[in-house]
Amino acid sequence: MKREITCIVCPKGCLVTIDDANLEDVSGFGCPKGIEYAKNELLHPVRTVTSTVKIEGALHDRLPVRTNGDIPKELIFECMKLIRATKVSAPVRCGQVIIEDILGTGIDLIATRNA
Amino acid sequence: MNRNYDVIVVGGGPAGLAAALEANKNGAERVLIIERDKELGGILNQCIHNGFGLHYFKEQLTGPEYAQRFIDMLEGTGIEVKTDTMVLSVTPDKKVWAMNTEDGYCCFNAGAVVLAMGCRERTRGAISIPGERPSGVFTAGTAQRYINIEGYMVGKKVLILGSGDIGLIMARRMTLEGAKVLAVCELMPYSNGLKRNIAQCLDDYGIPLYLSHTVTDIKGKNRLESVTVSRVDENLAPIPGTEIEFDCDTLLLSVGLIPENELSRNAGVPIDRRTNGAVVWQDRQTEIDGIFACGNVLHVHDLVDFVTKESMIAGRAAAEYVKNGGFPETTAENTVSLAAGNGVSYVVPQKIAVERTEKFVEAFFRVRTTYKDSEIVVRADGEELNVIKKSQLLPAEMERVVLPKAMLQKAAGKEITIEVRTKGDN
Repeated sequence: MKREITCIVCPKGCLVTIDDANLEDVSGFGCPKGIEYAKNELLHPVRTVTSTVKIEGALHDRLPVRTNGDIPKELIFECMKLIRATKVSAPVRCGQVIIEDILGTGIDLIATRNA
Repeated sequence: MNRNYDVIVVGGGPAGLAAALEANKNGAERVLIIERDKELGGILNQCIHNGFGLHYFKEQLTGPEYAQRFIDMLEGTGIEVKTDTMVLSVTPDKKVWAMNTEDGYCCFNAGAVVLAMGCRERTRGAISIPGERPSGVFTAGTAQRYINIEGYMVGKKVLILGSGDIGLIMARRMTLEGAKVLAVCELMPYSNGLKRNIAQCLDDYGIPLYLSHTVTDIKGKNRLESVTVSRVDENLAPIPGTEIEFDCDTLLLSVGLIPENELSRNAGVPIDRRTNGAVVWQDRQTEIDGIFACGNVLHVHDLVDFVTKESMIAGRAAAEYVKNGGFPETTAENTVSLAAGNGVSYVVPQKIAVERTEKFVEAFFRVRTTYKDSEIVVRADGEELNVIKKSQLLPAEMERVVLPKAMLQKAAGKEITIEVRTKGDN
Protein backbone atom coordinates (compact mmCIF):
# COMPACT_ATOMS: atom_id res chain seq x y z
CA MET A 1 0.00 0.00 0.00
CA LYS A 2 1.24 3.51 -0.81
CA ARG A 3 1.89 5.58 2.30
CA GLU A 4 2.37 9.35 2.49
CA ILE A 5 4.93 10.50 5.03
CA THR A 6 5.88 14.09 5.88
CA CYS A 7 9.64 14.20 6.21
CA ILE A 8 10.76 15.97 9.41
CA VAL A 9 14.48 16.13 8.65
CA CYS A 10 14.43 19.80 7.58
CA PRO A 11 11.98 22.73 7.60
CA LYS A 12 10.97 22.03 3.98
CA GLY A 13 8.78 19.09 5.08
CA CYS A 14 8.60 17.07 1.84
CA LEU A 15 5.61 14.75 1.44
CA VAL A 16 7.27 11.44 0.58
CA THR A 17 5.20 8.63 -0.95
CA ILE A 18 6.45 5.13 -0.22
CA ASP A 19 5.06 1.64 -0.86
CA ASP A 20 5.09 -0.37 2.36
CA ALA A 21 5.34 -3.62 0.38
CA ASN A 22 8.30 -2.35 -1.66
CA LEU A 23 10.45 0.20 0.15
CA GLU A 24 12.39 0.98 -3.03
CA ASP A 25 9.20 2.41 -4.58
CA VAL A 26 9.56 5.92 -3.16
CA SER A 27 8.88 9.40 -4.58
CA GLY A 28 8.29 13.02 -3.52
CA PHE A 29 11.56 13.41 -1.62
CA GLY A 30 13.70 16.52 -2.05
CA CYS A 31 16.96 14.86 -1.02
CA PRO A 32 18.34 11.40 -0.07
CA LYS A 33 17.59 12.05 3.61
CA GLY A 34 13.89 11.95 2.74
CA ILE A 35 14.22 8.41 1.34
CA GLU A 36 15.99 7.24 4.48
CA TYR A 37 13.48 8.96 6.73
CA ALA A 38 10.47 7.42 4.95
CA LYS A 39 12.01 3.93 5.10
CA ASN A 40 12.75 4.33 8.81
CA GLU A 41 9.20 5.48 9.47
CA LEU A 42 7.92 2.16 8.16
CA LEU A 43 10.62 -0.06 9.69
CA HIS A 44 11.45 1.51 13.06
CA PRO A 45 10.47 5.16 13.60
CA VAL A 46 12.91 7.17 15.72
CA ARG A 47 12.90 10.67 17.24
CA THR A 48 15.20 13.05 19.09
CA VAL A 49 13.79 13.90 22.52
CA THR A 50 14.25 17.39 23.94
CA SER A 51 13.21 18.37 27.46
CA THR A 52 14.58 19.84 30.69
CA VAL A 53 15.94 18.44 33.97
CA LYS A 54 16.06 20.03 37.42
CA ILE A 55 19.25 21.96 38.17
CA GLU A 56 20.53 23.49 41.40
CA GLY A 57 22.83 26.47 41.72
CA ALA A 58 22.21 27.89 38.24
CA LEU A 59 20.51 31.11 37.08
CA HIS A 60 17.33 29.15 36.29
CA ASP A 61 15.83 26.03 37.89
CA ARG A 62 15.74 24.01 34.66
CA LEU A 63 18.52 22.80 32.38
CA PRO A 64 17.57 22.06 28.76
CA VAL A 65 18.65 18.62 27.51
CA ARG A 66 18.34 16.45 24.41
CA THR A 67 19.20 12.97 23.26
CA ASN A 68 22.38 13.21 21.18
CA GLY A 69 20.78 11.01 18.53
CA ASP A 70 17.43 9.48 17.68
CA ILE A 71 15.83 6.92 19.97
CA PRO A 72 12.98 4.52 19.09
CA LYS A 73 9.68 6.38 19.09
CA GLU A 74 8.07 3.89 21.47
CA LEU A 75 10.68 4.74 24.13
CA ILE A 76 9.87 8.47 24.23
CA PHE A 77 7.64 8.30 27.33
CA GLU A 78 10.02 5.90 29.13
CA CYS A 79 12.78 8.39 28.38
CA MET A 80 10.65 11.25 29.78
CA LYS A 81 10.21 9.29 33.05
CA LEU A 82 13.98 9.11 33.48
CA ILE A 83 14.37 12.77 32.56
CA ARG A 84 11.77 13.79 35.16
CA ALA A 85 13.61 11.86 37.88
CA THR A 86 16.96 13.48 37.10
CA LYS A 87 18.51 16.32 39.07
CA VAL A 88 21.91 17.93 38.45
CA SER A 89 24.02 20.67 40.03
CA ALA A 90 25.72 23.62 38.36
CA PRO A 91 28.19 24.09 36.75
CA VAL A 92 27.23 22.19 33.60
CA ARG A 93 28.75 22.69 30.17
CA CYS A 94 26.79 22.59 26.93
CA GLY A 95 27.21 19.05 25.52
CA GLN A 96 27.97 17.45 28.91
CA VAL A 97 26.46 13.96 29.29
CA ILE A 98 23.59 13.96 31.81
CA ILE A 99 22.40 10.34 31.38
CA GLU A 100 24.68 7.84 29.65
CA ASP A 101 23.30 5.21 27.27
CA ILE A 102 19.67 6.07 27.96
CA LEU A 103 17.44 2.93 28.13
CA GLY A 104 20.21 0.88 26.55
CA THR A 105 19.84 2.70 23.23
CA GLY A 106 23.50 3.68 23.02
CA ILE A 107 22.32 7.29 22.93
CA ASP A 108 23.25 9.79 25.67
CA LEU A 109 21.16 12.58 27.13
CA ILE A 110 23.22 15.78 26.95
CA ALA A 111 22.92 19.34 28.28
CA THR A 112 22.13 21.94 25.61
CA ARG A 113 23.44 25.02 27.40
CA ASN A 114 26.03 26.18 29.89
CA ALA A 115 24.57 26.64 33.37
CA MET B 1 33.10 55.29 31.83
CA ASN B 2 33.46 55.96 28.11
CA ARG B 3 29.94 56.11 26.76
CA ASN B 4 30.80 56.54 23.09
CA TYR B 5 30.38 53.53 20.83
CA ASP B 6 30.67 52.92 17.12
CA VAL B 7 27.67 50.61 17.04
CA ILE B 8 25.04 50.02 19.73
CA VAL B 9 22.78 47.00 19.27
CA VAL B 10 19.46 47.06 21.12
CA GLY B 11 18.56 43.46 21.97
CA GLY B 12 20.79 40.42 22.62
CA GLY B 13 18.76 37.70 20.91
CA PRO B 14 19.80 35.98 17.69
CA ALA B 15 19.38 39.17 15.64
CA GLY B 16 21.39 41.37 18.01
CA LEU B 17 24.16 38.80 18.44
CA ALA B 18 24.66 38.31 14.70
CA ALA B 19 24.51 42.06 14.00
CA ALA B 20 27.07 42.86 16.72
CA LEU B 21 29.47 40.12 15.58
CA GLU B 22 29.25 41.19 11.96
CA ALA B 23 29.71 44.89 12.84
CA ASN B 24 32.82 43.93 14.81
CA LYS B 25 34.14 41.76 11.97
CA ASN B 26 33.73 44.67 9.55
CA GLY B 27 35.77 47.13 11.53
CA ALA B 28 33.47 48.67 14.15
CA GLU B 29 35.83 48.91 17.09
CA ARG B 30 33.53 49.69 19.98
CA VAL B 31 30.35 47.64 19.85
CA LEU B 32 27.82 47.41 22.69
CA ILE B 33 24.91 44.98 23.02
CA ILE B 34 22.17 46.08 25.43
CA GLU B 35 19.84 43.29 26.61
CA ARG B 36 16.94 43.64 29.03
CA ASP B 37 16.99 40.00 30.22
CA LYS B 38 19.58 38.64 32.64
CA GLU B 39 21.33 36.74 29.87
CA LEU B 40 21.91 36.81 26.11
CA GLY B 41 20.10 34.54 23.66
CA GLY B 42 16.61 36.02 23.66
CA ILE B 43 13.70 33.73 22.89
CA LEU B 44 16.09 30.92 21.85
CA ASN B 45 16.69 30.17 25.53
CA GLN B 46 13.16 28.84 25.92
CA CYS B 47 13.01 27.11 22.52
CA ILE B 48 14.57 23.89 23.82
CA HIS B 49 13.35 21.78 20.86
CA ASN B 50 15.64 20.99 17.96
CA GLY B 51 15.47 22.01 14.32
CA PHE B 52 17.50 25.22 14.48
CA GLY B 53 20.65 25.84 12.49
CA LEU B 54 20.16 23.53 9.50
CA HIS B 55 20.75 26.39 7.06
CA TYR B 56 23.43 28.30 8.94
CA PHE B 57 25.41 25.57 10.73
CA LYS B 58 24.29 22.62 8.54
CA GLU B 59 23.27 20.66 11.63
CA GLN B 60 20.27 20.25 13.92
CA LEU B 61 20.58 22.32 17.08
CA THR B 62 18.22 23.26 19.88
CA GLY B 63 17.51 26.94 20.55
CA PRO B 64 19.90 27.25 23.52
CA GLU B 65 22.67 25.53 21.53
CA TYR B 66 22.17 27.89 18.60
CA ALA B 67 22.37 30.87 20.97
CA GLN B 68 25.41 29.42 22.74
CA ARG B 69 27.33 29.22 19.45
CA PHE B 70 26.93 32.97 18.96
CA ILE B 71 27.57 33.80 22.62
CA ASP B 72 30.83 31.81 22.39
CA MET B 73 31.82 33.79 19.30
CA LEU B 74 31.72 37.01 21.33
CA GLU B 75 34.76 35.87 23.28
CA GLY B 76 37.90 37.77 22.34
CA THR B 77 36.08 40.22 20.06
CA GLY B 78 35.96 43.07 22.58
CA ILE B 79 32.21 43.42 22.04
CA GLU B 80 30.73 44.79 25.28
CA VAL B 81 27.50 43.44 26.72
CA LYS B 82 25.13 45.01 29.22
CA THR B 83 22.47 42.56 30.39
CA ASP B 84 19.60 43.34 32.76
CA THR B 85 19.56 46.75 31.11
CA MET B 86 16.45 48.35 29.68
CA VAL B 87 16.69 50.76 26.76
CA LEU B 88 14.14 53.52 27.33
CA SER B 89 14.66 55.56 24.22
CA VAL B 90 16.69 55.92 21.06
CA THR B 91 16.92 59.37 19.48
CA PRO B 92 17.40 60.28 15.80
CA ASP B 93 20.87 61.65 16.65
CA LYS B 94 21.68 58.14 17.92
CA LYS B 95 21.73 58.63 21.65
CA VAL B 96 20.60 55.53 23.51
CA TRP B 97 19.02 56.13 26.92
CA ALA B 98 19.04 53.10 29.17
CA MET B 99 18.73 52.05 32.78
CA ASN B 100 20.06 49.31 35.02
CA THR B 101 20.87 48.80 38.69
CA GLU B 102 24.61 49.45 38.26
CA ASP B 103 24.82 52.50 36.01
CA GLY B 104 21.41 53.95 36.87
CA TYR B 105 19.84 56.08 34.17
CA CYS B 106 22.45 56.76 31.55
CA CYS B 107 23.00 57.82 27.98
CA PHE B 108 25.24 56.15 25.42
CA ASN B 109 26.31 57.79 22.15
CA ALA B 110 26.42 55.66 19.02
CA GLY B 111 27.81 56.15 15.53
CA ALA B 112 25.10 53.74 14.37
CA VAL B 113 22.25 51.94 16.14
CA VAL B 114 20.92 48.48 15.26
CA LEU B 115 17.37 47.81 16.46
CA ALA B 116 17.00 44.10 17.25
CA MET B 117 14.20 43.98 19.82
CA GLY B 118 12.35 41.02 18.33
CA CYS B 119 8.60 40.57 18.56
CA ARG B 120 5.77 39.92 21.02
CA GLU B 121 2.89 37.51 21.00
CA ARG B 122 -0.65 38.60 20.25
CA THR B 123 -2.82 38.09 23.30
CA ARG B 124 -6.43 37.19 24.04
CA GLY B 125 -7.20 40.92 24.06
CA ALA B 126 -5.67 41.40 20.61
CA ILE B 127 -8.11 38.93 19.06
CA SER B 128 -11.07 39.77 21.34
CA ILE B 129 -12.08 36.28 22.48
CA PRO B 130 -15.40 36.63 24.33
CA GLY B 131 -16.29 34.95 27.62
CA GLU B 132 -15.30 34.95 31.27
CA ARG B 133 -11.81 35.82 32.42
CA PRO B 134 -10.49 32.94 34.54
CA SER B 135 -6.84 32.02 35.00
CA GLY B 136 -5.46 29.32 32.73
CA VAL B 137 -5.39 31.33 29.48
CA PHE B 138 -1.79 31.83 28.34
CA THR B 139 0.01 32.81 25.21
CA ALA B 140 1.94 29.75 24.04
CA GLY B 141 5.29 31.51 24.50
CA THR B 142 4.50 32.47 28.09
CA ALA B 143 3.61 28.86 28.88
CA GLN B 144 6.83 27.81 27.14
CA ARG B 145 8.87 30.08 29.39
CA TYR B 146 7.10 28.84 32.55
CA ILE B 147 7.74 25.20 31.64
CA ASN B 148 11.17 25.28 30.01
CA ILE B 149 12.95 27.96 32.03
CA GLU B 150 11.12 28.39 35.31
CA GLY B 151 9.98 24.78 35.72
CA TYR B 152 6.26 25.33 36.34
CA MET B 153 3.68 23.11 34.66
CA VAL B 154 0.82 25.30 33.48
CA GLY B 155 -2.07 22.79 33.24
CA LYS B 156 -3.35 19.24 32.76
CA LYS B 157 -6.06 19.40 30.09
CA VAL B 158 -5.13 21.74 27.31
CA LEU B 159 -6.71 23.25 24.24
CA ILE B 160 -4.56 25.24 21.82
CA LEU B 161 -5.83 28.00 19.54
CA GLY B 162 -3.61 28.71 16.56
CA SER B 163 -1.50 26.27 14.59
CA GLY B 164 1.60 28.43 14.25
CA ASP B 165 4.86 26.72 15.11
CA ILE B 166 4.87 27.81 18.76
CA GLY B 167 1.41 26.31 19.26
CA LEU B 168 2.44 23.03 17.62
CA ILE B 169 5.70 22.80 19.57
CA MET B 170 3.81 23.46 22.81
CA ALA B 171 1.26 20.74 22.00
CA ARG B 172 4.09 18.20 21.99
CA ARG B 173 5.86 19.76 24.97
CA MET B 174 2.73 19.69 27.16
CA THR B 175 2.08 16.07 26.10
CA LEU B 176 5.62 14.98 27.00
CA GLU B 177 5.22 16.61 30.41
CA GLY B 178 2.09 14.57 31.09
CA ALA B 179 -0.73 16.90 30.06
CA LYS B 180 -3.58 15.83 27.79
CA VAL B 181 -3.77 18.08 24.74
CA LEU B 182 -7.35 17.81 23.48
CA ALA B 183 -6.98 19.60 20.17
CA VAL B 184 -5.37 22.40 18.21
CA CYS B 185 -7.87 24.78 16.56
CA GLU B 186 -7.00 26.97 13.61
CA LEU B 187 -9.14 29.81 12.29
CA MET B 188 -7.81 29.53 8.74
CA PRO B 189 -8.51 26.56 6.44
CA TYR B 190 -4.76 25.78 6.48
CA SER B 191 -2.10 25.57 9.18
CA ASN B 192 0.34 28.39 9.71
CA GLY B 193 3.02 26.04 11.00
CA LEU B 194 5.70 24.02 9.26
CA LYS B 195 4.46 20.70 7.87
CA ARG B 196 7.08 18.81 9.79
CA ASN B 197 5.74 20.27 13.04
CA ILE B 198 2.23 19.01 12.21
CA ALA B 199 3.80 15.58 11.69
CA GLN B 200 6.14 15.41 14.68
CA CYS B 201 4.13 17.44 17.22
CA LEU B 202 0.50 16.52 16.46
CA ASP B 203 0.37 13.32 14.37
CA ASP B 204 3.00 11.57 16.52
CA TYR B 205 0.81 12.02 19.59
CA GLY B 206 -2.62 11.67 17.99
CA ILE B 207 -3.59 15.30 18.65
CA PRO B 208 -6.42 16.41 16.33
CA LEU B 209 -6.15 19.62 14.29
CA TYR B 210 -9.45 21.42 13.67
CA LEU B 211 -9.02 23.74 10.66
CA SER B 212 -11.54 26.59 10.16
CA HIS B 213 -12.41 26.57 13.86
CA THR B 214 -12.06 29.24 16.51
CA VAL B 215 -12.78 29.83 20.19
CA THR B 216 -16.17 31.47 20.74
CA ASP B 217 -16.58 31.22 24.51
CA ILE B 218 -14.51 30.79 27.65
CA LYS B 219 -16.06 29.60 30.94
CA GLY B 220 -14.62 29.44 34.45
CA LYS B 221 -14.96 31.23 37.78
CA ASN B 222 -11.39 31.16 39.08
CA ARG B 223 -9.65 28.61 36.87
CA LEU B 224 -10.64 27.88 33.29
CA GLU B 225 -13.35 25.17 33.16
CA SER B 226 -14.34 24.91 29.51
CA VAL B 227 -13.74 26.39 26.09
CA THR B 228 -16.31 26.49 23.30
CA VAL B 229 -15.05 26.09 19.75
CA SER B 230 -17.10 26.83 16.62
CA ARG B 231 -16.57 26.19 12.93
CA VAL B 232 -16.18 29.35 10.83
CA ASP B 233 -17.51 30.11 7.35
CA GLU B 234 -15.46 31.39 4.40
CA ASN B 235 -15.62 34.91 5.88
CA LEU B 236 -14.14 33.52 9.11
CA ALA B 237 -17.43 34.18 10.96
CA PRO B 238 -18.48 31.50 13.50
CA ILE B 239 -21.36 29.30 12.29
CA PRO B 240 -24.15 28.98 14.93
CA GLY B 241 -24.95 25.37 15.81
CA THR B 242 -21.41 24.07 15.24
CA GLU B 243 -20.25 24.59 18.84
CA ILE B 244 -18.08 21.94 20.50
CA GLU B 245 -17.41 22.33 24.22
CA PHE B 246 -14.05 21.16 25.56
CA ASP B 247 -13.63 20.62 29.31
CA CYS B 248 -10.12 21.89 29.98
CA ASP B 249 -8.11 23.87 32.51
CA THR B 250 -5.73 25.53 30.08
CA LEU B 251 -6.01 27.44 26.81
CA LEU B 252 -2.83 28.30 24.94
CA LEU B 253 -2.91 31.01 22.29
CA SER B 254 -0.56 30.88 19.33
CA VAL B 255 -2.25 33.56 17.29
CA GLY B 256 0.53 35.57 15.77
CA LEU B 257 3.52 37.73 16.53
CA ILE B 258 3.93 41.49 16.32
CA PRO B 259 7.29 43.24 15.96
CA GLU B 260 8.03 45.22 19.09
CA ASN B 261 8.64 48.72 17.75
CA GLU B 262 7.90 51.14 20.60
CA LEU B 263 11.54 52.30 20.60
CA SER B 264 11.60 52.62 16.80
CA ARG B 265 8.36 54.63 16.74
CA ASN B 266 9.58 56.96 19.48
CA ALA B 267 12.78 57.51 17.52
CA GLY B 268 10.61 58.63 14.60
CA VAL B 269 11.42 55.61 12.41
CA PRO B 270 8.68 55.24 9.77
CA ILE B 271 6.88 51.89 10.10
CA ASP B 272 5.42 49.80 7.27
CA ARG B 273 1.86 48.99 8.30
CA ARG B 274 2.02 45.63 6.51
CA THR B 275 5.13 44.27 8.26
CA ASN B 276 4.60 46.30 11.46
CA GLY B 277 8.35 46.84 11.21
CA ALA B 278 10.50 49.69 9.94
CA VAL B 279 10.65 50.69 6.29
CA VAL B 280 14.20 49.71 5.31
CA TRP B 281 16.73 49.92 2.49
CA GLN B 282 18.50 46.78 1.26
CA ASP B 283 21.19 47.13 3.93
CA ARG B 284 18.42 47.31 6.58
CA GLN B 285 18.95 51.01 7.23
CA THR B 286 15.68 52.61 8.27
CA GLU B 287 14.51 55.97 6.95
CA ILE B 288 16.61 57.56 9.70
CA ASP B 289 20.31 57.74 8.79
CA GLY B 290 22.45 55.40 10.86
CA ILE B 291 19.57 53.53 12.48
CA PHE B 292 19.25 49.95 11.24
CA ALA B 293 16.72 47.21 12.04
CA CYS B 294 16.89 43.44 11.65
CA GLY B 295 15.32 40.17 12.75
CA ASN B 296 11.78 39.84 14.07
CA VAL B 297 11.54 43.54 14.96
CA LEU B 298 11.66 44.19 11.20
CA HIS B 299 9.37 41.38 10.04
CA VAL B 300 8.47 38.05 11.61
CA HIS B 301 10.69 35.26 10.27
CA ASP B 302 9.96 31.51 10.11
CA LEU B 303 13.48 30.34 10.93
CA VAL B 304 16.20 31.77 13.14
CA ASP B 305 18.74 30.98 10.43
CA PHE B 306 17.12 33.67 8.27
CA VAL B 307 17.17 36.10 11.20
CA THR B 308 20.91 35.53 11.49
CA LYS B 309 21.49 36.15 7.79
CA GLU B 310 19.45 39.33 7.77
CA SER B 311 21.14 40.63 10.90
CA MET B 312 24.56 40.08 9.38
CA ILE B 313 23.50 42.41 6.56
CA ALA B 314 22.48 45.08 9.10
CA GLY B 315 25.62 44.64 11.23
CA ARG B 316 27.93 44.91 8.24
CA ALA B 317 26.11 48.00 6.98
CA ALA B 318 26.23 49.66 10.40
CA ALA B 319 30.02 49.18 10.48
CA GLU B 320 30.33 50.59 6.93
CA TYR B 321 28.17 53.55 7.90
CA VAL B 322 30.44 54.40 10.84
CA LYS B 323 33.67 53.84 8.86
CA ASN B 324 32.56 56.09 6.00
CA GLY B 325 30.99 58.72 8.21
CA GLY B 326 27.55 58.00 6.72
CA PHE B 327 26.18 56.93 3.36
CA PRO B 328 25.94 59.33 0.42
CA GLU B 329 22.40 60.53 -0.15
CA THR B 330 20.46 58.42 -2.63
CA THR B 331 18.54 60.38 -5.24
CA ALA B 332 15.08 59.35 -6.39
CA GLU B 333 16.55 58.42 -9.80
CA ASN B 334 18.84 55.95 -8.07
CA THR B 335 16.14 54.41 -5.91
CA VAL B 336 14.04 51.36 -6.66
CA SER B 337 11.02 50.97 -4.43
CA LEU B 338 9.65 47.48 -3.87
CA ALA B 339 5.93 46.91 -3.54
CA ALA B 340 3.64 44.00 -2.76
CA GLY B 341 1.44 43.28 -5.78
CA ASN B 342 -1.52 40.97 -6.22
CA GLY B 343 -1.51 38.10 -3.70
CA VAL B 344 1.54 39.34 -1.79
CA SER B 345 1.15 40.75 1.71
CA TYR B 346 4.53 42.44 2.14
CA VAL B 347 8.03 42.80 0.73
CA VAL B 348 11.29 43.51 2.61
CA PRO B 349 13.33 45.59 1.91
CA GLN B 350 10.96 48.31 0.77
CA LYS B 351 13.67 50.45 -0.88
CA ILE B 352 16.87 49.78 -2.79
CA ALA B 353 19.69 52.26 -3.37
CA VAL B 354 20.98 51.05 -6.73
CA GLU B 355 24.50 52.49 -6.33
CA ARG B 356 24.90 50.75 -2.95
CA THR B 357 24.02 47.36 -4.47
CA GLU B 358 26.94 44.98 -4.92
CA LYS B 359 25.78 42.11 -7.14
CA PHE B 360 22.15 41.56 -6.20
CA VAL B 361 19.48 42.20 -3.59
CA GLU B 362 17.36 39.45 -2.07
CA ALA B 363 13.73 40.46 -1.61
CA PHE B 364 11.72 38.58 1.01
CA PHE B 365 7.94 38.39 0.93
CA ARG B 366 4.89 36.48 2.06
CA VAL B 367 1.81 35.51 0.07
CA ARG B 368 -1.70 36.30 1.34
CA THR B 369 -3.21 32.84 0.99
CA THR B 370 -2.29 29.36 -0.28
CA TYR B 371 -1.61 28.92 -4.00
CA LYS B 372 -0.98 25.80 -6.08
CA ASP B 373 0.84 25.78 -9.44
CA SER B 374 1.24 29.51 -9.66
CA GLU B 375 3.91 31.99 -10.69
CA ILE B 376 5.79 34.77 -8.95
CA VAL B 377 5.99 37.75 -11.30
CA VAL B 378 8.55 40.52 -10.81
CA ARG B 379 7.44 43.61 -12.69
CA ALA B 380 8.60 47.20 -13.20
CA ASP B 381 6.17 49.66 -14.78
CA GLY B 382 4.18 46.85 -16.38
CA GLU B 383 7.21 45.11 -17.86
CA GLU B 384 7.84 41.56 -16.64
CA LEU B 385 11.41 41.27 -15.42
CA ASN B 386 11.26 37.74 -14.07
CA VAL B 387 8.73 34.92 -13.74
CA ILE B 388 9.29 32.03 -11.33
CA LYS B 389 7.09 28.92 -11.31
CA LYS B 390 5.96 27.73 -7.87
CA SER B 391 4.22 24.44 -7.25
CA GLN B 392 3.05 25.63 -3.83
CA LEU B 393 2.95 28.93 -1.95
CA LEU B 394 1.93 29.22 1.71
CA PRO B 395 1.53 32.34 3.88
CA ALA B 396 3.46 30.52 6.61
CA GLU B 397 6.57 30.25 4.44
CA MET B 398 8.60 33.33 3.65
CA GLU B 399 9.50 33.46 -0.06
CA ARG B 400 12.52 35.03 -1.68
CA VAL B 401 13.45 36.40 -5.09
CA VAL B 402 16.87 37.56 -6.20
CA LEU B 403 17.04 40.92 -7.97
CA PRO B 404 20.36 41.15 -9.87
CA LYS B 405 22.10 44.53 -10.09
CA ALA B 406 21.53 44.76 -13.85
CA MET B 407 17.78 44.43 -13.30
CA LEU B 408 17.86 47.10 -10.60
CA GLN B 409 19.84 49.48 -12.82
CA LYS B 410 17.19 49.08 -15.51
CA ALA B 411 14.44 49.77 -12.98
CA ALA B 412 16.21 52.70 -11.26
CA GLY B 413 13.77 55.44 -10.34
CA LYS B 414 10.83 53.08 -10.73
CA GLU B 415 8.78 50.73 -8.61
CA ILE B 416 9.25 46.97 -8.77
CA THR B 417 6.24 44.93 -7.75
CA ILE B 418 6.23 41.29 -6.74
CA GLU B 419 2.95 39.50 -7.36
CA VAL B 420 1.39 36.05 -7.59
CA ARG B 421 -0.19 34.98 -10.87
CA THR B 422 -2.47 31.97 -10.92
CA LYS B 423 -3.58 30.13 -14.06
CA GLY B 424 -6.88 32.03 -14.12
CA ASP B 425 -5.03 35.35 -14.43
CA ASN B 426 -3.46 34.48 -17.79
